[in-house]
Amino acid sequence: MSFISYLKDGISLGSIYAIIALGYTMVYGIAKMLNFAHGDVIMVGAFVILAAITKAGLSPLLSIILAVVLCTVLGITIEMVAYRPLRKASSNLAVLITAIGVSYLLQNVALLVFGADAKSFVTVINVPTLVLFDGQLTIKGITIVTIAACIIIMCGLTLFVNKTKPGHAMKAVSEDRDAAQLMGVNVNSTISLTFAIGSGLAAIAGLLLCSAYPTLTPYTGAMPGIKAFVAAVFGGIGSIPGAMIGGILLGVIEIFGKAYISSQVADAIVFAVLIIVLLVKPTGLFGKNVQEKV
Amino acid sequence: MAMLEVNNLSIQFGGLRAVDGFQVSIEKGRLYGLIGPNGAGKTTVFNLLTGVYKPTEGVIRLDGEDITGKSTIEINRAGIARTFQNIRLFGAMSVLDNVKAGLHNDHKYSTLAGILRLPSYFKAEKEMNEKAMELLRVFGLDGEAEYLASNLPYGKQRKLEIARAMATNPKLLLLDEPAAGMNPNETAELMKTIHFVRDNFDMTILLIEHDMKLVSGICEELTVLNFGQVLCQGKTAEVLSNPQVITAYLGE
Amino acid sequence: MADMKKSMSKTSKNNYITYAMVIAIFIVVQALSATGNLSRLLTGLLVPLCVYTIAAVSLNLVVGFSGELSLGHAGFMCVGAYSSALFSSVFADTLPSVPRLILAILIGAAVAAVFGILIGIPVLRLRGDYLAIVTLAFGEIIKNLINVLYVGVDENGLHVAVSSAGLNLAAGGKQIMKGALGISGTATLYKDIKDYFFLIGVILILITLFIVQNLVNSRSGRAITSTRDNRIAAESVGISVTKYKLMAFTISAALAGVAGVLYAHNLSMLKVSTFDYNLSILVLVYVVLGGIGNLRGSIIATIILYALPELLRGFSTYRMLIYAVVLIAMMLFNWAPAARNFRSRILERLRGNRKKKEAA
Repeated sequence: MSFISYLKDGISLGSIYAIIALGYTMVYGIAKMLNFAHGDVIMVGAFVILAAITKAGLSPLLSIILAVVLCTVLGITIEMVAYRPLRKASSNLAVLITAIGVSYLLQNVALLVFGADAKSFVTVINVPTLVLFDGQLTIKGITIVTIAACIIIMCGLTLFVNKTKPGHAMKAVSEDRDAAQLMGVNVNSTISLTFAIGSGLAAIAGLLLCSAYPTLTPYTGAMPGIKAFVAAVFGGIGSIPGAMIGGILLGVIEIFGKAYISSQVADAIVFAVLIIVLLVKPTGLFGKNVQEKV
Repeated sequence: MAMLEVNNLSIQFGGLRAVDGFQVSIEKGRLYGLIGPNGAGKTTVFNLLTGVYKPTEGVIRLDGEDITGKSTIEINRAGIARTFQNIRLFGAMSVLDNVKAGLHNDHKYSTLAGILRLPSYFKAEKEMNEKAMELLRVFGLDGEAEYLASNLPYGKQRKLEIARAMATNPKLLLLDEPAAGMNPNETAELMKTIHFVRDNFDMTILLIEHDMKLVSGICEELTVLNFGQVLCQGKTAEVLSNPQVITAYLGE
Repeated sequence: MADMKKSMSKTSKNNYITYAMVIAIFIVVQALSATGNLSRLLTGLLVPLCVYTIAAVSLNLVVGFSGELSLGHAGFMCVGAYSSALFSSVFADTLPSVPRLILAILIGAAVAAVFGILIGIPVLRLRGDYLAIVTLAFGEIIKNLINVLYVGVDENGLHVAVSSAGLNLAAGGKQIMKGALGISGTATLYKDIKDYFFLIGVILILITLFIVQNLVNSRSGRAITSTRDNRIAAESVGISVTKYKLMAFTISAALAGVAGVLYAHNLSMLKVSTFDYNLSILVLVYVVLGGIGNLRGSIIATIILYALPELLRGFSTYRMLIYAVVLIAMMLFNWAPAARNFRSRILERLRGNRKKKEAA
């Protein structure tokens, strides 16, 4: 039964990675940049929820809405102020380094505002634990919520991209930015929308992450953020189902690595997966092969 | 034997046959033009010839040597150099260094000799400088040798690209729309330069061009490409008076 | 011809200025130290300053000239530090300190270079963003693995295990690497030459500069820069992009390894937690602030950014925050097309004014 229990933990963790990976994969697909600060938006979202509940005394639902709104605004602002001016820069290193700067900035602002010591996260989601097989397998409420949230978000996003006009615009911009512009797609607002969605989802990811692992520091988002990027690469960058599958696989690999090999080298295993994927199939499981135009 | 001999060259992108059964034979020292409407597959032919794309079918022979399916680097070493439709210079390097990068495989010395500044470094660098300056003089760029390539005006950037390609000491030079974006004076000057290169370096040149004045002015033979297929081939004057060619260009 | 000579001597002059600057700083520091004007605190900063300078110059080779972002520089420093400290501990009694240190430096560089090749081969064929994330991953893997590694030595030779007990050392055996506790006592093995470590650091900086400057101004250096400026054009003139990107990456890794050696041998406690992602970022900040592709800038930025916050107490709370803001501002100012146009307009106007004045 321990195998199933680990599997369940892995899927739960993987669902969180998947939600974060969606933000990476959409931004990478559409804005063609690696948004290093994405993981730190998760941390900001979690801190907003914590502060709203403990300091302002808001209800959990209101706090979550507030966090989603603030993270969305934060994401749009970051893109407008720090990334947009560099979109046509001669080197794509420029925006990558700027993104690292933004990541650092968010961490250090949080450090000044909230301090370096770990805060324990409040219980926001109250769903009873499920006990199966006469207590041999227990599934925590948060696990159920996390997996459900992941499925809902993934389905919603797929529908959005395929069925709505802004969704089509996103696809067009990701295929060919200049051509999309010529066809009347507003590239700036499409990219803004992408950042908005990704950052809003980051707030949700922050909630789920800190509910499952209830300690919060300014660096909470960094490592899950990087792992989620690994998940996005694993699944094939730019692909929504890829992010989902990549996230879940990575979560399962990490938990199994911790359980069956060594908890100290679990991260090394996760990153080894990245290197192996890039060696064997650089485009990931669902990625497209893109050739540079000559 | 022809300098370039291409037979049944084809490439398929998904369901689209971008180039279909292309064939050409270019004699040594010839100035040859590849023309056709937009999207006819001209640049794709260049990309196939230089190994950027691997052909689905066909054979490419350069001076008798089969170079089909080889890498861009191997093909350059075999003797094909090119310029690009959208200029691709080493923008943050000096004009001189752009040409010296072209001399990369011509004057070799080891990395260690470069780091330790051994005599072979000084000897090779001196030769490279002289050769590069000589080439720059041909293209009237010797006065700008120290400029950053990206700071050159457009017309001169095109010339620098040709100079860099020439530095690799090719047997066949491919020019992709060398006159694009040039005014009539610059184009006239470019025509002179191309002639000069052919005559003085004994070069075989294949060029893609839309400027009909340039094409009729310097190309001795032409191939017209339409929808990826060869529409017509032969002496310039004959090709340009072919009614099929006129239809392809002007529409029905 | 005259123009060209000027340009040749211009680059070499530039190189000499950088060497001269390093030597001048060394002399000033020695003079201050001899006259008792150097506080204990500052003296302690000198060798780490050399470490970061070497790290920054070597990272600039990859970021500035090869145009790839490496976030695993700390990983290469770590590999260099541990391999050399292990060597020094094992041969503590068999070799005198000077040849031992020289060998340790070479070993640290070589091991880091091997890791550079191993990491570089799979990823350098891919787009730049992947290199960034893979090098970051590499740094984390190294940290993770060293954290669980135990190495000991006894009369039967070297023992390697993943736990202290697993070493099975014979009586009289010595445990060298102790997992998360790292390697201790490396500095004490070099007590006799401890006072010369700053001098050694400066010599290593000069060697690093010599290698990097001469490399970038050579045939291979041109090839490296050409792959940065335009990959496809570089291949079209017969330059192997993978080969030259790998060359830059490997040399950079080896030099980062040297920085790691210096770091490890200056410390009594070598811990793997030092070599985290933040260290890689810190070195990157030095490179960006000194100017991407500007080696002298890397040195100046390292000195200012490393020494200043250590000297100004109270500033340290905001240090990282200020780094972050400066990093973003520098990138926007230097790379945004709008900012570039603005600057060139201002420059033109200034030049125009000067011309007018000259005419008048």
